[in-house]
Amino acid sequence: MLALVSPALLVILALIVLPVGWLAWQSVYHDGFTLENYRRVFTEDVYWRSFALTFEISLAVTGIALLLGYPVAYLANSVPKGWSILILSLVVLPFWTSVLVRAYAWLALLQRTGVINQFLRYLDVISEPLALVHNTFGTVVATVHILLPFMVLPLYATMQKIPGDLMQAGASLGASPSLTFFRVFLPLSLPGVLAGCTMVFVLCLGFYITPELLGGGRTVMVSMLVSRNVELYNQFGAASAVAVVLLLSVLLIFFAVSRFISLDRVLGQK
Amino acid sequence: MIMKRTIGLGCALLGAIGLTTAADAAEQITFVSQGGAYQQAQTVAILDPSAKKLGITINQDSIPDAWPAIKTQVGSGKPIWDVVDTPTGYCLRGGEQGLIEKLDFSKIPNAAAMPEAYRSPYSVSYEFYSSVLAYSQKTFPKDAPNSWADFWDVKKFPGRRALRNHPIATLEAALMADGVAPDKLYPLDVDRAFKKLEEIKPHITVWWTSGAQSAQLLNDGEIDMEMAWNGRVSAVAKEGAKVAFTYNQGILQSTSLCILKGAPNLETAVKFLNEAVDPVHQANLPLHIDYGPGNPKAFETGVIKPERAAQLPSEPANAAKQALMSYAWWSSPAGEAAEKRWASFMQK
Repeated sequence: MLALVSPALLVILALIVLPVGWLAWQSVYHDGFTLENYRRVFTEDVYWRSFALTFEISLAVTGIALLLGYPVAYLANSVPKGWSILILSLVVLPFWTSVLVRAYAWLALLQRTGVINQFLRYLDVISEPLALVHNTFGTVVATVHILLPFMVLPLYATMQKIPGDLMQAGASLGASPSLTFFRVFLPLSLPGVLAGCTMVFVLCLGFYITPELLGGGRTVMVSMLVSRNVELYNQFGAASAVAVVLLLSVLLIFFAVSRFISLDRVLGQK
Repeated sequence: MIMKRTIGLGCALLGAIGLTTAADAAEQITFVSQGGAYQQAQTVAILDPSAKKLGITINQDSIPDAWPAIKTQVGSGKPIWDVVDTPTGYCLRGGEQGLIEKLDFSKIPNAAAMPEAYRSPYSVSYEFYSSVLAYSQKTFPKDAPNSWADFWDVKKFPGRRALRNHPIATLEAALMADGVAPDKLYPLDVDRAFKKLEEIKPHITVWWTSGAQSAQLLNDGEIDMEMAWNGRVSAVAKEGAKVAFTYNQGILQSTSLCILKGAPNLETAVKFLNEAVDPVHQANLPLHIDYGPGNPKAFETGVIKPERAAQLPSEPANAAKQALMSYAWWSSPAGEAAEKRWASFMQK
């Protein structure tokens, strides 16, 4: 058994454990042991603002992705097989386009001279173009679009396992369709909701491209702090301290979630 | 990497290496710049002619940001590169940290003849670009903004604005907007500059991070005026967008040549440095790209036609309208502190 898993373990050791360890080491060791990098992270309010903004954006993105993703997963689950394959392929299709291209596509849609503003002006709905991008709004819109599949797929997988008989049983006892949904289906789909939300939230915490391209320079998420610190302090430690704090927050979230639901489920194993 | 770059940059050079490997083993250097159209222009204007004249082989490498590599190479004790073309501030910082060789100007007569502001103990200006005020001619068909005070005047010049998300050149612009003369900027009054920036901050639509982004904003009409690099603006104008810029109160910036501490071919590198800033080679550079020569004597060679010279940032009349950036100030502790203060300004 050990012989079979050892190649995989070696890959994990070489590509994840060692670099992350090296990263953490750099954050506390630079010409001697130092906590300077962490002092900066925990005392300068620039960092606090970035972490707060990152968590706000991640919460907003997760909430919107859930509201948009749940009906899609529900629909895919309730139509015949052929249709559900079609719906799911439409969900997965954007994966084939690079994140960078999708971010630029949103720029073309949202900017002052973009498609949406031009259309609204053509309809005379607005007289001045709306500020849809170069701010937090544009960042959230594009991030939701990019992360949506990570919400839909776990939701769909969970819904697939809810036996259809249960809804029929509810109906035979006289419950209306909405009552069976809220009392039977929704509670049974909650593990999928939690799984999807955790995936989207955690991925969003480390997002870089959408805030960088669509945030107008003001939307400084934690990932951007990491890259900025390399430039500003000319050493990796200042950046890795930020990365280590972010990594610990993610682990903390996984730990909290695992108190409610088995991690296998979050990662889509069961 | 070096081989690949050479293939990409010129078959002639590759041919030279292939044919004369034995003879050239003694006299060669590795030169590093930033790649792209800029490095190709140098290859034609400066590198190939210098190699031919000195009878040496110039191996080329390129990297967008040389600073981390300079640190690691010199830190390892065995640098591979000899001469680097990099923003002047890095040459100075590297010099202070013992990563860059101190230059003996008696061996570099072409540089010794340049104005003192154009060189440092560690570096020689190689080419100039400028951070200028660019604007849309659609929004401002006449009476365009012509100074940083105009850029700050949101009543007289309504419109969307962008600045670079970086303190270098932006603080200088803020001080000029506040009435400081271009030749009286240094040492920068950092408090005053940030106070002036707070004034314009609510009116800035985008704080751009890359030159490509600044060009896109101007090209798409996303903004009406911005600070941008002159080469980016003229490229957008060449593609047909109705945009223009003024050199008035531009901030004249440069990249410089410097030599890595313990460079493997130090003597040849010094010889090359002198040749690279030769007025005639330097005058050839702006014929291939929108950057000005680092050596002002290039304008006296007759190689650059007057109408072309008028477009270049370092042409004497244009240079006189601008502020010459002090890299010595930016690499001083005060400059580094100002750079760190930028982050809290942006996120407030």
